[in-house]
Amino acid sequence: MNKNLERLYNGIIKENPTFVLMLGMCPTLAVTSSAINGLGMGLSTTVVLVLSNLLISAFRKIIPDGVRVPAFIVIVASLVTIVEFMMKAYFQSLSAALGVYIPLIVVNCIILGRAESYASKNPIMPSIFDGIGMGLGFTVGLTCIGLVRELFGAGQLFGAQVLSLSWFTPITIFVMAPGAFLVLAFLVAGMNIIRKKMDEKGKPLAQPAGCINGDCASCGKADGCKDRKGA
Amino acid sequence: MKELLLIAVGSAVVNNVVLSQFLGICPFLGVSKKTETAAGMGGAVIFVITLSSFVTALIYKFILANETLMKMGIDLTYLKTIVYILVIACLVQFVEMFLKKQMPPLYESLGVYLPLITTNCAVLGVALTNVTKEYGILESVVNGLATAVGFFIAIVLMAGVREKIEYNDIPKPFQGTAIVLITAALMSIAFMGFSGMI
Repeated sequence: MNKNLERLYNGIIKENPTFVLMLGMCPTLAVTSSAINGLGMGLSTTVVLVLSNLLISAFRKIIPDGVRVPAFIVIVASLVTIVEFMMKAYFQSLSAALGVYIPLIVVNCIILGRAESYASKNPIMPSIFDGIGMGLGFTVGLTCIGLVRELFGAGQLFGAQVLSLSWFTPITIFVMAPGAFLVLAFLVAGMNIIRKKMDEKGKPLAQPAGCINGDCASCGKADGCKDRKGA
Repeated sequence: MKELLLIAVGSAVVNNVVLSQFLGICPFLGVSKKTETAAGMGGAVIFVITLSSFVTALIYKFILANETLMKMGIDLTYLKTIVYILVIACLVQFVEMFLKKQMPPLYESLGVYLPLITTNCAVLGVALTNVTKEYGILESVVNGLATAVGFFIAIVLMAGVREKIEYNDIPKPFQGTAIVLITAALMSIAFMGFSGMI
């Protein structure tokens, strides 16, 4: 049980996919215009991640090594299709707000990355908890970014007006496309400061892995990226 | 004709794939350090997205949404995500092999970028958008080409700016990715100016 708790802590805090590893930047930028959208996206990614970790871990001895990435992609794509239809059936407004980004969970770095680096090498229980941890970490990240953007951009939290419009003029740019880039830029800068402080304390944080620094060594698609170093 | 032109302008600048739809952020941040490599990546993306929009549109029309099958009550359209991602992955591999064998000069300039594109979310994103917007085959190809041209414009502009940023004195925490994201935010504001066009 201890190992499972360790996976949860690892996913939510130590290697938080949004704040520390900086994975899955496309959905992070695209769907965080409000906290509720971020929460919805995070939770649907969590569902896919937990189920894909479960299946991949269960089949890890059957899937031949040479075709493992295509096999992972088929598993993930099937799960994403199921989640997409469930959302269309039970959460219509959220499904409409997230639109094309729901099927695009298939190409989210985090999912293939966890499949490749954890689930394909570990037993079922730790893999499930790894999925829950990483998924909740992603959810927390998206929700926090969504909260900030919603607060500045509309004066609302989860759709409820908290800053009265009588004195607060919403900075609309925050809920539009440029606001996503701006908030993420300040997040990256803030993490740079924290990273430096932790280094000085002798407890270095995990390095960002993936899109953000143009290096995808741990993102599960590393095979395709080996030529990237020169670029 | 007018409709196609509207789709093209809309996808290339008004709803720019990177700056307003946030697809393909990875290569946009990762491969935009030099103008030449950015242009190479942009070229490869134009090639792959145009081709994949054509192929996925054909598959959708003649296999997934096949009229005879539909009449028999078999609707395969729910398979589109699975089919598209596999088709795109195979297509990129195939294009790479074909270019290597038949067009070595083109392979030299685009080849190294091709494997990076397989999981670029812009490729799958465009294919799925074509279905959602109910575009036919010609419209899908035009939409794909225009989206990719939009990506090319964004990444080349970004590379140009980044080459200049190298020489600037930037506060420590903002060095690296953070200043690139700020630049992207400013570019995104500039591209919002196109929104009145259509």
